[in-house]
Amino acid sequence: MTEEVLRPQVKFLSSRALEQIIDEAFELVDKTGLFIENEEALELLGEAGQKIDRSRNRVFLSRNLIEKCLQTCPSEIRLYDQDGHREYLVGRDEVHFNPGSAAIKILDSVTLKEREAGTSDLIALYKLVETLENLDFQSTALVSADVPREIADIYRLYLGLLFSRKPFVTGIFRVESLRPMLDLLLAVRGDERSLSEKPLAIFDACPSPPLKWSRLTAQSLIDCSRLGVPSELIPMGLTGATSPVTLAGTLVQQLAESFGGLVICQLARPGAPVIFGGSPAGFDMRKGTTPMGAPETMMIDCAFAQIARRLNLPTHAYLGLSDSKLVDAQAGLETAMGATLAVLAGINVVSGAGMLNFESTQSLEKLVIDNDICGQALRLSRGIALREKPLALHLFEELGPDFNFLVLSHTRKWYRQEHYFSSVLDRDVYDTWTALGRLDIFQRAGKEVARRLSLYRKPELKSEIASELKKIMVSYAASCGLDELPEIS
Amino acid sequence: MKTETDIHLHSLSQAIIQGLVEEAGPLAEKALAAGFQPLQVIEKACLPAIEEVGRLWECGDYFLPELIAGAEAMKAAMAVLQTAMKSSGQSLKSAGRVVIGTVEGDIHDIGKNLVASMLRAAGFEVIDLGADVKVERFVETAVEEKADLIALSALLTTTMLNQKKVMELLASRGLRERLKVMVGGAPVTEKFAREIGADGYGESAVQAVAVARALMAGGGGNHD
Repeated sequence: MTEEVLRPQVKFLSSRALEQIIDEAFELVDKTGLFIENEEALELLGEAGQKIDRSRNRVFLSRNLIEKCLQTCPSEIRLYDQDGHREYLVGRDEVHFNPGSAAIKILDSVTLKEREAGTSDLIALYKLVETLENLDFQSTALVSADVPREIADIYRLYLGLLFSRKPFVTGIFRVESLRPMLDLLLAVRGDERSLSEKPLAIFDACPSPPLKWSRLTAQSLIDCSRLGVPSELIPMGLTGATSPVTLAGTLVQQLAESFGGLVICQLARPGAPVIFGGSPAGFDMRKGTTPMGAPETMMIDCAFAQIARRLNLPTHAYLGLSDSKLVDAQAGLETAMGATLAVLAGINVVSGAGMLNFESTQSLEKLVIDNDICGQALRLSRGIALREKPLALHLFEELGPDFNFLVLSHTRKWYRQEHYFSSVLDRDVYDTWTALGRLDIFQRAGKEVARRLSLYRKPELKSEIASELKKIMVSYAASCGLDELPEIS
Repeated sequence: MKTETDIHLHSLSQAIIQGLVEEAGPLAEKALAAGFQPLQVIEKACLPAIEEVGRLWECGDYFLPELIAGAEAMKAAMAVLQTAMKSSGQSLKSAGRVVIGTVEGDIHDIGKNLVASMLRAAGFEVIDLGADVKVERFVETAVEEKADLIALSALLTTTMLNQKKVMELLASRGLRERLKVMVGGAPVTEKFAREIGADGYGESAVQAVAVARALMAGGGGNHD
């Protein structure tokens, strides 16, 4: 058997364009600098000999320091599930899909209107994602409105760890939540060393465009790095609104902001895991909105991943989501285009599944459909394998006069590996489809959600871990003035 | 009026419509040099031009960059004309004084900046408090600056509730009758505006100007 498989790849930048963008980003952080509103980060940068304008918290980064940080930053990261057994490589050509986060609304399956999500919605989402084979990671994808805003970020992770085995993509809304959220991860792993060796979650940190790292996000970078928890940098320039209008210009800014995040992480702890990602958008100059399904958005994402690969860093993007308000043709179009490009660009962590309405609404039905979209996209990346040598000649010797391929052992041996089987796409003949009730994909997805939820099994968390998680959550809630958490069923 | 002088008003008007920020000021000066009174220039060239910009936006020909450029060109022309009025002892009647900002917890200011630009272009005096503005600051600034209107922006559903807090603070300080409040931002709706008791709501920066004008004229600002 030979394995000479071409992995299909898409690239948007010539090597000259790559070099030019990288050079301009180096120059931008050196000449214009970055605004860093975090005292601890400023101290680290000062100690590293960087020029700082204290009056404006403006730091001018030297190329030399950035290049040093690129050397110490790992080119691949390994995440582990809750049991610590299954390993996920974040790097090279590996692609891991996860739900888009953090939605503030959920699309109601019955009314088809968006509404606030509660604890039970979060739990249903986590359970469903556990069953979706093409989403390797969970994300803290919904904000629960039945707890006070002060604890909304940690509460998402707390519920997630109770209901899910998969690794998490998460992040903080308030700087006060960072420590207790990291404590939750420590409670699962046992101690700092085990957490550092087997990271369970990635923390997203978004610079504020243009060129700023806030107190909150810089603190997340520092504290996560010290614990060996991977930081995912999420610049979010909006072309022509908060970043240059040209795609290449936005890439320069995105890289400059990412250099800032990289340097803060590496100064906090050399060797700290960092993922170069983003949630930029081609700003809509008519509506003043931030379309995640626009081709320009996807091109910036893919090109940025190309830059990060050139710098030998793991990559991320918000792709495979839609701006539609319903799970309709637009949702399918935008999600499929994004997910396909993400796979072909070899982006390591791809956030977006389930998401509608500019990153603000999650849908369980869309998650199930997107699971298929991601599965189909991943199928493309596995390419056309040369399974046997010869490829076909021997089959024709074996075949009888009726040329019945179905009976061949070769068929039985390879069909599952060669083909992707969808769970909700319609491939029925017309009469069967009619007999099944003439359901469209949204209706079929609704049934599939129910079927999958009935298959879900809760992870068997050790009782001391579960009680430690609860203790952390309850004491943080109490510190925010909340005596009782919503009931968990 | 001589054709030659008409050309001055026409060129200025065109410069505003086309958003030629650098040319608008010098063209206003030329119009003055040709013998027009500042008020004439404003009424005959500037105001019709900015209205045309708004119309082009509303019918979908213009996008945000053209809209902003039109407002900026208007501002440049008005700076010249207002200076001329002052030196001749005249003053332009303000369309109204507006305190504007994005509410606490929200750092998004693109929409707010757009509304501020459009209001300025329409002759309002605008006091821009920026983004992430505390509830008290809106109210205190409005009192200090003797404002007519408070304009509140919010992009996040989590922060739009702070618009309501401003309404509550105004009521508790007995200022509700004195100050009109208009609200806007992506998640804000006409219904929400009515629920929190705001006086006006605009869906776009162009509508915001119409709403502000209606409120100044003593009418309701809602697009019912």
